[in-house]
Amino acid sequence: MGHRTPLYEIHLALNAKIVDFGGWDMPLHYGSQIEEHHRVRNDAGMFDVSHMNVLELKGDEVRDFLRLLLANDVAKLKTPGRALYSCMLNTEGGVLDDLIVYFLDDSSFRVVANAATREKDLAWIRNAAELFGGVQIVERDDLAIIAAQGPNAREKVCRALGDPIRSAAGNLQPFHAATVGDLFIATTGYTGEDGFEIILPTTAVKDVWQALQDVDIRPAGLGARDTLRLEAGMNLYGQDMDETTTPIESGLAWTVAFEPTDRKFIGREVLDKQRANGASRALAGLALEGKGGVLRSHQKVLCEGLGEGEVTSGSFSPTLNCSIALARVPAGVPIGSRCRVDVRGKMLDARVVKYPFVRNGKSCLA
Amino acid sequence: MSKTPGSLKYTKSHEWVRRETDGTLTVGITDHAQDLMGDLVYVELPEQGRKVSAGNECAVVESVKAASDVYAPMSGEITAANTALADGPETINKDPYGEGWMFKIRPSNPAEWNALLDAGAYDAQVASEKH
Repeated sequence: MGHRTPLYEIHLALNAKIVDFGGWDMPLHYGSQIEEHHRVRNDAGMFDVSHMNVLELKGDEVRDFLRLLLANDVAKLKTPGRALYSCMLNTEGGVLDDLIVYFLDDSSFRVVANAATREKDLAWIRNAAELFGGVQIVERDDLAIIAAQGPNAREKVCRALGDPIRSAAGNLQPFHAATVGDLFIATTGYTGEDGFEIILPTTAVKDVWQALQDVDIRPAGLGARDTLRLEAGMNLYGQDMDETTTPIESGLAWTVAFEPTDRKFIGREVLDKQRANGASRALAGLALEGKGGVLRSHQKVLCEGLGEGEVTSGSFSPTLNCSIALARVPAGVPIGSRCRVDVRGKMLDARVVKYPFVRNGKSCLA
Repeated sequence: MSKTPGSLKYTKSHEWVRRETDGTLTVGITDHAQDLMGDLVYVELPEQGRKVSAGNECAVVESVKAASDVYAPMSGEITAANTALADGPETINKDPYGEGWMFKIRPSNPAEWNALLDAGAYDAQVASEKH
């Protein structure tokens, strides 16, 4: 038996298929993951993501600590409630984890990181904090998270949770958050759709889940979450990047704040060199031509004249009705070119495409 | 609650087999198999005329999550494949024992029929896999 979120019994009552995910017993789907996917793209769906690791970092110099710890720069967060996506790197520039950091007040930030990397992250952050001094790390196991996502999610959540929520969060721009009583409501997500991630006490999560169900926000499982994030071109830690790859090799250079040049974040030296000399590998989007199979992680990719690569995340795209993938390929593979992928022993043609593949319900493929 | 039709035979690898009046065998995957796979998005079927041997892979089903081989329940020659599945693999999820049939075999060794499981034995095997 793995760890269970406070909503576990509710998932069972909803006939969820439960799978192990990073040591947690989580819902894969509640019947059809493709229906759940379409529901999020076209209306609203919700995910229990309470397995994710919520930390708070506190102290008078916590901002300076995070400017050392993270590859993106929390100096960009100028008002409380602002959020930032960042990688946390090792000294070799490899990605230890990716996370979202929220600016709460001048002496505290909230971090939401992956569940599977929890112990590694904690050890790393504790060690760095010890060397830095004066930063306190608080594990917020008393908090749960519901992600309500989709074009109608915002309106439905406001209807379900009432006027104070509507006035505080109804018009929030992306990557902002508002606190209303016990609820922390953020316009972040992992689907490429509008919506909220609601961070709230574990003691309140069942009531809120029910209230959201009552306005017909349907539960969606981790299966749909994976196809939604892949269509949205969002990396999954452990597949699309890990400790052996840098953000530059993982399509995440845009999340690294190289300015100001005097900010000494962990991993910077390797990234500066890679940026100056060029990385040998890059992440590319692939779209399978025809219907010869499904792209899946670890399949070999042949890029004519440039060498070999490997699919890092592949699946079937319910929105595009074809198979899509992220793949680590030799640098310089041109958008629009064709490569060949070894799909169960057959060499199938795939087109190298820009990603995201889907944004706000619409195909981005030309 | 069992959805396993008593009129069919089964394999341990989760195929079902129906003997037609002309002696051919219609083959598909069981409701339990489609449920394990989840939403199917791709089906690869054997070509008509291909010779297959009992227990050898002869088709592929892929769901959003995974790929799985489908095995010939008996030896023989493929006489038909359900080509409608190419554009509608989800038919297997919706109707695994009906419209979701996959291919037909003209058996070359009818005695292999006796090695197939009946519905009760198949259900017992599924139950044992769950524990």
